[in-house]
Amino acid sequence: MIEIKNLFKKYKNLIAVDNINIKIDNNEIFGLLGPNGAGKTTLIHILATLIKPTSGTATINGYDIISDSSKVRSSIGIVFQAPSSDDILTGYENLKIHSLLYNVPSNIREKRIEDVLELVGLTNRKNDQVKKYSGGMRRRLEIARGLLHKPTVIFLDEPTLGLDPGSREVMWKYIKRLVNEEKITIILTTHYMEEADLLCNRIGFIDKGKIIALDSPSKLKEGIGGEIINIQVEYNEICELDEIVNMIKHFDFVHKIENYNEGIITIYVDNANRNLPSILKYVDKFTNNKIHIISVDFRRPTLNDVFLKFTGRHIEDQHDKDGAEGGFMERYAQYAKK
Amino acid sequence: MVPKVALWRDMHNMQKNNNKSFKFDLELGKIYAIWLREFKVFLREKSRLVASTFTPLLWLFVLGGGLGSTVSTPFHASNIDYQKFIFPGIVIMSVIFSSVFFGAYIIWDRKFDFLKSVMVAPVRRSTIFLGKTFGGMTTSLIQAFILLGIGVFIGVNYTPYSIASFIVIVLMLSFALTSLGLAIGSYMESLEGFQLIVSFVVFPLYFLSGALFPLDNIPIWLSILTSINPATYAVEALRSSMLGVDGKNILIVNIGVLLITTLALGIVGILSFRRMKAV
Repeated sequence: MIEIKNLFKKYKNLIAVDNINIKIDNNEIFGLLGPNGAGKTTLIHILATLIKPTSGTATINGYDIISDSSKVRSSIGIVFQAPSSDDILTGYENLKIHSLLYNVPSNIREKRIEDVLELVGLTNRKNDQVKKYSGGMRRRLEIARGLLHKPTVIFLDEPTLGLDPGSREVMWKYIKRLVNEEKITIILTTHYMEEADLLCNRIGFIDKGKIIALDSPSKLKEGIGGEIINIQVEYNEICELDEIVNMIKHFDFVHKIENYNEGIITIYVDNANRNLPSILKYVDKFTNNKIHIISVDFRRPTLNDVFLKFTGRHIEDQHDKDGAEGGFMERYAQYAKK
Repeated sequence: MVPKVALWRDMHNMQKNNNKSFKFDLELGKIYAIWLREFKVFLREKSRLVASTFTPLLWLFVLGGGLGSTVSTPFHASNIDYQKFIFPGIVIMSVIFSSVFFGAYIIWDRKFDFLKSVMVAPVRRSTIFLGKTFGGMTTSLIQAFILLGIGVFIGVNYTPYSIASFIVIVLMLSFALTSLGLAIGSYMESLEGFQLIVSFVVFPLYFLSGALFPLDNIPIWLSILTSINPATYAVEALRSSMLGVDGKNILIVNIGVLLITTLALGIVGILSFRRMKAV
């Protein structure tokens, strides 16, 4: 169980974490979803006792992150955004060193290492140097390392950043397996909406250090109000469009209409599959051919629509090419560029 | 899954055990873990070992052989030529380079996040520090031993006493200088500062140590600089125990200064590690 209380972190001229309060239950996959620079990683680093908050605190399994940091460290595992294993060593050696650092007793050490390797599917590559691993395998080794000491909470910071779609799906499979087999609480940060949607029991939307919405993915999407219909139209006079939009508003299954100035009418409705034909019929019948429908589509709301609703912005995906993929020298080259 | 549950309970019981000696064992295990990683990396990076052995050989044979053919040492009577005279100095040079660089390499550990993964484990900063320094001492000692073997070819004779004091001196100096390197590295954010360490730490330590010249007749300004350099005392101690050549200070003074330096730099290193930021 994790309890975050009035957590606040300020850097010189930037508020990275702005008064966050969250309770996370055992056995939950909790997602922190937000654009890059929203404060996700800072929040994770504070919870993992790597950064001290400016004010406020949090408890993990009842241990305070400031006054009981050593106990917090023993009970959590963390997978950083950039792989942090030593790539000159083998996968097994990395695990052995960390099991010593985490006091895994010597009589069960080998068994634990075997178990976690099995869990992430790296048993047959355990004696290869990490520099020979693919990006996805490195991430999985990090997860194995995070599980060595049987933590009750594990933090995954952008677990699939920079992975190709295939490896990403494999990673999702392993994350789901963790919750089922290890009975562990997972806190993951991501800026991929589908990832959060697929994996998380609850999602906290984070933007500029603040939690702006927090609920289960389905509830968040329901909050948008039904499905979304986009009708692209051609028209001569904007007032004609105004008129028709006002009429559509009177259907009881329509929640709201927006953005029609550009010629695309966005309508939030219940049961779009059944109600869309009535809307189209209505438009046809009452506009006397003054307004022509060019195209129609409807879709269920995504988490991006939720973010859009709260912030007026999209969660961008531009950061991908800067992902922490590759070996030490690649990362060094990246660092040198900066 | 009965065995898993049993293991889980075992671990909990172990962690609940607050016995002091048990805790001490655990810290030793963690120091061993950090040391093990350094040692494995050292064994695997053969190019580093080859490069760091080759440079001292250049000094010993090219400078020692070349310059040695024209200069004479004050110890010709005891059959010590220039090459033999600088041999202990070259050993100390190898220790200076490998120890300071080893310490400063912590910048790389931080750059590729390995250090972060260690710092998020329940490990004391002083434990990380000690594991690292022991790693540096091991590396320096192995390289010094390779040079010791080469010493046979230039006619250096060893006694059990000279080898024992060789080990003690090398270990003390490498502890001190690995600590120094780690302390500097813990303050540096970027690799650009590495060149500064080479110019302002490594080379002055070497050139101002009397590794290459006797300290008896040097100008006063140089004499002041050499006497505040801890490596000077290591060179003198090593020269006296290996070649029977006495320098400016007697052996006990040399060892005393080395010991104080070692302790002082060790403390500086631990304090720097305590305040080092994790991310």
